[in-house]
Amino acid sequence: MDCVRWASGVTGIPLSYIARNLMARRLTTVLTAGGMALVVYVFATVLMLAAGLRETLVGTGQPDNVIVIRKGSQSEVQSGVSRGTASIVESLPLIATGPDGTKLVSKEPVVLINLPKRDSGKASNVVIRGVTSHGLTLRPQVTIAEGRTFRPGTSEIIAGQSIAAGFRGAAIGETLRFGQRDWTVVGVFDAGRTGFNSEIWGDAEQLMQTFRRQAYSSIIFRLVDADRFDDLKRGIESDQRLQVDVKRESQFYADQSEQLAKFISYLGTTISVIFSIGAIIGAMITMYASVASRTAEIGTLRALGFSRSAILVAFLGEALLLGFVGGVAGLIAASFMQMVPISTTNFQTFAEIAFTFTLTPFIVLASLAFALLMGFIGGFLPAARAARLKIVDALRAA
Amino acid sequence: MTASAPDAPAAASGEVLVAVRSLSKYYMRGDQIIPVLVDINLDVGVADYIALMGPSGSGKSTLLNLIAGIDKPSSGQILVAGVDIAQLSDGELAAWRAAHVGFIFQFYNLMPVLTAFQNIELPLQLTDLTRRERRERVETALALVGLTDRMEHYPNELSGGQQQRVAIARALISDPTLIVADEPTGDLDRATAEEILGLLERLNRDLGKTIILVTHDPKAAEHARRLVHLEKGVLVY
Amino acid sequence: MFVPLFVLRNAFRHKLRTTLTMVGIIVAIVAFGLLRTIVDAWYAGAEATSSARLITRNAISLVFALPMNYAQKIRQVEGVSRVSWANWFGGVYITESNFFPQFAVDAATYLELYPEYVFKPEEKKAFQVDRQGVVVGRKLADLYRWKIGDQVPLRGTIYPGTWTFTLRGIYDGADAKVDESQFLFHWSYLNETVKARFPRRGDLAGVYVLEIRDPGQAAEISARVDATFKNSLAETLTETEKAFQLGFVAMTEAILVAIQAVSFVVIVIIMAVMANTMAMTARERYSEYATMKALGFGGGFVAMLIIAESLSIALGGGLIAVALTIPVADIFGNAMGTLFPVFFVSHETMLMQIGAALVVGLVASAVPAWRAGRIRIVDGLRSVG
Repeated sequence: MDCVRWASGVTGIPLSYIARNLMARRLTTVLTAGGMALVVYVFATVLMLAAGLRETLVGTGQPDNVIVIRKGSQSEVQSGVSRGTASIVESLPLIATGPDGTKLVSKEPVVLINLPKRDSGKASNVVIRGVTSHGLTLRPQVTIAEGRTFRPGTSEIIAGQSIAAGFRGAAIGETLRFGQRDWTVVGVFDAGRTGFNSEIWGDAEQLMQTFRRQAYSSIIFRLVDADRFDDLKRGIESDQRLQVDVKRESQFYADQSEQLAKFISYLGTTISVIFSIGAIIGAMITMYASVASRTAEIGTLRALGFSRSAILVAFLGEALLLGFVGGVAGLIAASFMQMVPISTTNFQTFAEIAFTFTLTPFIVLASLAFALLMGFIGGFLPAARAARLKIVDALRAA
Repeated sequence: MTASAPDAPAAASGEVLVAVRSLSKYYMRGDQIIPVLVDINLDVGVADYIALMGPSGSGKSTLLNLIAGIDKPSSGQILVAGVDIAQLSDGELAAWRAAHVGFIFQFYNLMPVLTAFQNIELPLQLTDLTRRERRERVETALALVGLTDRMEHYPNELSGGQQQRVAIARALISDPTLIVADEPTGDLDRATAEEILGLLERLNRDLGKTIILVTHDPKAAEHARRLVHLEKGVLVY
Repeated sequence: MFVPLFVLRNAFRHKLRTTLTMVGIIVAIVAFGLLRTIVDAWYAGAEATSSARLITRNAISLVFALPMNYAQKIRQVEGVSRVSWANWFGGVYITESNFFPQFAVDAATYLELYPEYVFKPEEKKAFQVDRQGVVVGRKLADLYRWKIGDQVPLRGTIYPGTWTFTLRGIYDGADAKVDESQFLFHWSYLNETVKARFPRRGDLAGVYVLEIRDPGQAAEISARVDATFKNSLAETLTETEKAFQLGFVAMTEAILVAIQAVSFVVIVIIMAVMANTMAMTARERYSEYATMKALGFGGGFVAMLIIAESLSIALGGGLIAVALTIPVADIFGNAMGTLFPVFFVSHETMLMQIGAALVVGLVASAVPAWRAGRIRIVDGLRSVG
């Protein structure tokens, strides 16, 4: 509390004076701080949404995994890598080998299927990914939470936790029908906070057959050495046979969230700024009234020897304290949003992605700073007016 | 003017306008009973001019408020022109006040956003009078208090004495049975106070208005016909 | 006549406070209106549909195509009067931020199915004749300043390569609801080129667009079409154009719900601000209200004065806000470009804005009015405002 003593020391006016003035007009304080709390709640929630989205997608990729898709494609679904091209990629150097001696490569078809949601019945596109046994090895963050993994060569599938919970027919034991076959969900997997939780996985070859595809969507493999990515990239780009794009898996998924994250941040921040105008006006009205009702008090303080800047700081302090209280209240309310799951279609991939609100230290600081800024802007002019009062005028109002 | 026994009939005329019988008023603080007025009996005659006096906390303002109908007693009767106002409901009391009481306060209590004319006109908004009828009455009242040339001014453009005169005009406008004044000169300098008190005296003497005045200033009380003393909620002599 | 005058004079007694409150209300109501307009714009696609059109797509999802030979079979389904098809192209014009919908359509039939795209007859003809031609909506043409005859290149993502088109026609929407940001070119041009480069991807349609004779029969005809292809390699899902568009909206439903919720939050914020203002104002005037009660005005009258004052400020701000929302929405819509091709403030939104202003004015003054109406005269007179 050294800064409090410092502030008191500079001005001589104790913090308790400021705080007690706020308590004396309880209703006004509650309403004004409440308005600011709501603005901070919106601000923090929006930032948490964007952070949650980014965290989900960024965490989806491994830094030593590489993904190869057709040149110019913006997502795996859009991409098509022919078997021929896939073989060439498989034969590249720098691919790590597994304990059984085979290369750690997974050739995956990725498509979207339209499934109805459990609660509303409205349909969204869900990713179905054909994986091989290597596909599971390449993603260590994925573990089976319920049931077991699918048996290769069968119509068995496993669903990510978000999909199993959110969509009809995707829970363990249930069946989905597409491509004229019935697919039974034999397991639910937990992919932590990554995008894989919003996917359904099945046997790659079975899915290729069902969808009558001759081309995979993407090829994923692990690098022998994560630092040799640039060498790999150069090698692929110089090979005329390969018309592909190659990215680190982590970078690929991070890029997939960019548009939506930007949209949310941009829209949300704009909304918060507009809302803050209302809250700032509220603070201004309150502070002007506070100054007006204590004119005699101010005159007395000035007469006793307190300087103009002491008065300014005292009233500004009152406004900042209001902002701080509002900010803390708003943050606490926003932190409860972490319990609410969000699921929406990502514009870029056209697929459903489930994520949560994530509260980061940065968001806490940014929200408090925003709240203090609102208090400052709202309180500045009234505090200046208080400071500029002539002692005689102030005392005459008594 | 000498004081006469409060229970004796009013000197000015034989008719009793206000009859207070066994009036008591107390407040509860938690489960403590705090008495403000204890068993008051008082008569005020028509065209009488009474000054209620006493130290701070004696209950004089409370007695005035009760007679004026802006507060309710704990027990007892207040008969004004035969009507026991202690028995009236809030709504009836409001209507009764509008017709029978004129108020003069220490701090004038004018509406800042209305001109002198409109402030005086205010009580007439509760009546069915036409615009012209209202105008006539207001102009009469203005002339009576000598403020005809100031009728378009707002209260903040008038001096304390002028504001009080507007308030007096407002108190007269509905031709009330009773005029009550609570420390009307409390906020005025000596000279202006004398003017106001002189005006009140003329209203009583020339127009026969019944006036009840509350004051702690003996010089103000000199203008009244009768003095009534209160101390700790009880009438004393 | 006295009451309105009294109320308004009191409302503007404290000019700074009233002005600030009104500014706050204006900002809040404009924000409310803008957010609602954004939500409306999201649904715009569904609003611009025709009940006489059905969309047939692959039952698995939109990323799967339908074979060309379906066209003939669909044409023979009872109730269908015309069939066309379209493939989503999804190309990039210079940079990815220039987003607008591009479709490869069956030139002979598609434009007939969309009579709300109004063409000059000679431009329409020029398009039909030029295989590499393209027609675009007015909004798109204005945005990129394209003129008839311009060469427009697109970088394909779904269909890789660089594709160049010649602008042959610009259409205007028949009314404000029509999307004027579409980019339509020949399916036959796409198909030819695709078959040459990627033979397996040829002769496929993205969706079929059907015109039906009787909109009342939409459900039955949809069922008939789907029954035709049941148990075939590419099963279909046929629905009204409106249902199809609403399907897209439903995908981002979470965001829409959030925006709608937030639009109400701003009303709550300004309600708190105004409640504060009215509470302070009422408290400062207790001796005046007590005086009026002493003079004989009832508690209800005093309460009514406060409510009326609150309503005049709120409604005044609300009306100004409604007037301001239109230019603000214009600027916003233009800034968003093709993201919201249809963007205008609906009458319903304006009514809701006024309604919101009313609610704010009423709720903000409710407690202060009730309190002031109930004050005991003696207490009120004692308080020095």
